[in-house]
Amino acid sequence: MNTFKIGGVHPEPNKLTAGKKIETLGLPQQAVFPLSQHIGAPAVPCVEKGDVVRVGTKIAEPGGFMSASIHSSVSGKVAKIDTIVDASGLRKPAIFIDVEGDEWEPSIDRSEKLVLQSTKTRDEIIECIKNAGVVGMGGACFPTHVKLCPPKECTIDTLIINAVECEPYLTADHRLMLEHADEIIIGIKVILKVLGIDRAVIGIEANKPDAIELLKSKTSMVSGIEVMPLQMKYPQGGEKQLIEAVTGRQVPPPPALPANVGCVVQNVGTVFAIYEAVMKNKPLIERIVTVTGQNVKKPCNLKVRMGTPVSQLLEYAGGMPEDTGKLISGGPMMGRPLLDETAPVVKGTSGVLLIPEKDAIRREERNCIRCAKCVQACPMGLEPYLLATASESGDWECAEENWIMSCIECGCCQSTCPSRRPLLDWVRLAKNRVGGIIRARNAKK
Amino acid sequence: MTFILTAVLVLGATGLILGLVLYAVSRKFKVEEDPRVGQITELLPGANCGGCGFPGCAAFAAACVKAESMDNLKCSACKSEVMQQVAAIAGHAIEVGVEKIAVVRCSGSCQSRPRLRTYDGARSCAVAAMMNGGETGCFFGCLGCGDCVSACKFDAIKMDPETGLPVVDQDKCTACGACVKACPRHIIELRNKNKLDRRVYVSCVNQDKGPVAKKACDVACIGCGKCVKACPFEAITLENNLAYIDFEKCRLCRKCVDECPQHSIIAVNFPPKRVVEEAPAAPETAPVETESTENK
Repeated sequence: MNTFKIGGVHPEPNKLTAGKKIETLGLPQQAVFPLSQHIGAPAVPCVEKGDVVRVGTKIAEPGGFMSASIHSSVSGKVAKIDTIVDASGLRKPAIFIDVEGDEWEPSIDRSEKLVLQSTKTRDEIIECIKNAGVVGMGGACFPTHVKLCPPKECTIDTLIINAVECEPYLTADHRLMLEHADEIIIGIKVILKVLGIDRAVIGIEANKPDAIELLKSKTSMVSGIEVMPLQMKYPQGGEKQLIEAVTGRQVPPPPALPANVGCVVQNVGTVFAIYEAVMKNKPLIERIVTVTGQNVKKPCNLKVRMGTPVSQLLEYAGGMPEDTGKLISGGPMMGRPLLDETAPVVKGTSGVLLIPEKDAIRREERNCIRCAKCVQACPMGLEPYLLATASESGDWECAEENWIMSCIECGCCQSTCPSRRPLLDWVRLAKNRVGGIIRARNAKK
Repeated sequence: MTFILTAVLVLGATGLILGLVLYAVSRKFKVEEDPRVGQITELLPGANCGGCGFPGCAAFAAACVKAESMDNLKCSACKSEVMQQVAAIAGHAIEVGVEKIAVVRCSGSCQSRPRLRTYDGARSCAVAAMMNGGETGCFFGCLGCGDCVSACKFDAIKMDPETGLPVVDQDKCTACGACVKACPRHIIELRNKNKLDRRVYVSCVNQDKGPVAKKACDVACIGCGKCVKACPFEAITLENNLAYIDFEKCRLCRKCVDECPQHSIIAVNFPPKRVVEEAPAAPETAPVETESTENK
């Protein structure tokens, strides 16, 4: 079985919810939609206080080329447009909607019936995806319509479907594949049509044999779609790692894109969203969220309307255990801590993880002993200890020279460090600063 | 015997010839350096803090000698007498500038600003500011990881373990501005030192609306505007729910200090107020006075 060559770690998978069917969570009392749920410019609200909206009504337009629109996932009245503390602790503007009833936009096809064919042309499909506000559901939230229009000079030959879900604890993609395999395959066909190619590879880690078998049987009659089981290794779900695992090609350092090596990668969640957007005319208003943790009473996979407060998810899962030390949005490796449980579910919330206090405490940090475990673990071939030291002393030049912008923030370095140094924190700081310096430099030119 | 003599002679001759060569070379390639640069460098503190905008003290000295006037040339770490000496050596006239000091505009101690969560990432304000909103409900105040302390080249800032806030040593602070740059929350400001180091300032940078700010911190500025009305010199402005005292206009009358319902305006280095018998406001000023002594 294939995998990527350098670095990587093997965290405990802890997929507690792999066997739990997707359940639908009820409506919230108030839904909150932050305006920047994606990479790029924040969306611009197109509703005002007091406006009545339905499920699927567009409430914010894209704020630029690299941006995505946002739709209401509930019906009701716009209560206010105010700031909210988002998952990363920063204040962001958001639209608050008080829920009244559950009235859908009539254009949305709500039936369970599978739509197999569409007469839409390539441009119409892209417009459709753009209008539906679809973004990458793996966590990075890159606007999908941008990703589906690779630069003209690149020739794309392979579509890679990211069904790896290498992050421990999370099972949202796994359940989606088991319960909506047909929709995903239709979605893949739609993307192939957009890209004008005929080869797609679904990369799945070997710890999901049921999904591999199901998709293999479904695709056996379809030409051009291949299911490729991959060896288990974190961070295989990283775009560049997955391309290497599947095709053996290496993406050059930024600003090169996967398109430069002829690949486009889409998450299975995104594929499902594309199916719903194109075939059912349904914007991105729901997503699957895994609520899990060692001490959670009822860990589950939930189909949640966007904007639902995390507290409602926790309530459904049997409440927050008393000894919870950390509440994380996403998985244990790449997730961000949630400051409080009132934060809303956004397009990038793949899971809510509760870590018991005894596991949450970071032990005291010691000096670097130059063991180079972080260098071995880094899947991008960087030297995290060096980058962290450069960041600590504010040496942004050194950080840039040592390819800090290639870092994918997977956290392998931090998890292997025997001195428990907060390497990723420092690297994130340096990446932030160096990114600013590079942008300023480009703006000058 | 001759053996030893030959050795001594040969060595001596070699030394002499090489010495002559070195002398000739040093005469030929002599670097003309203005002696004033050396003199000025001696006067400067030698911390190479970079507060002047030059790579170090020697570079600053060279710039002083080269420049036509002392405009825009100021060693922030030097006292004004030293700067006058520097100007005299460089042959320029200089106006006596106003001395400044770094002021920490946050009073959110552990008592007044309860900790809601724990931050256990890298001990750096820059990282903490980027990763989350800090440990308290205030999204503007001090993060308490001490980036300003490590930025200070003059050992003038220390963290107070009791309040969790940085304290500036007014004797050591040279107003070089390193801490101002280091603080990701822009809490530290350089303000005029004034006579007897007396200062009046709003010790808060919270721009939230009143109720939100008050909930997060007991001593937060709520933007009520009472101080603006009380000020007879129009030195106080209210912007984004936050009062700001212009130190150029402030005449240190302290009327705003008495007026502030949140005690977020602080007066430092004033003698304790005489208790005026009929004034009911006297007990209210008491906590402000204690705060001012804490800040010394």
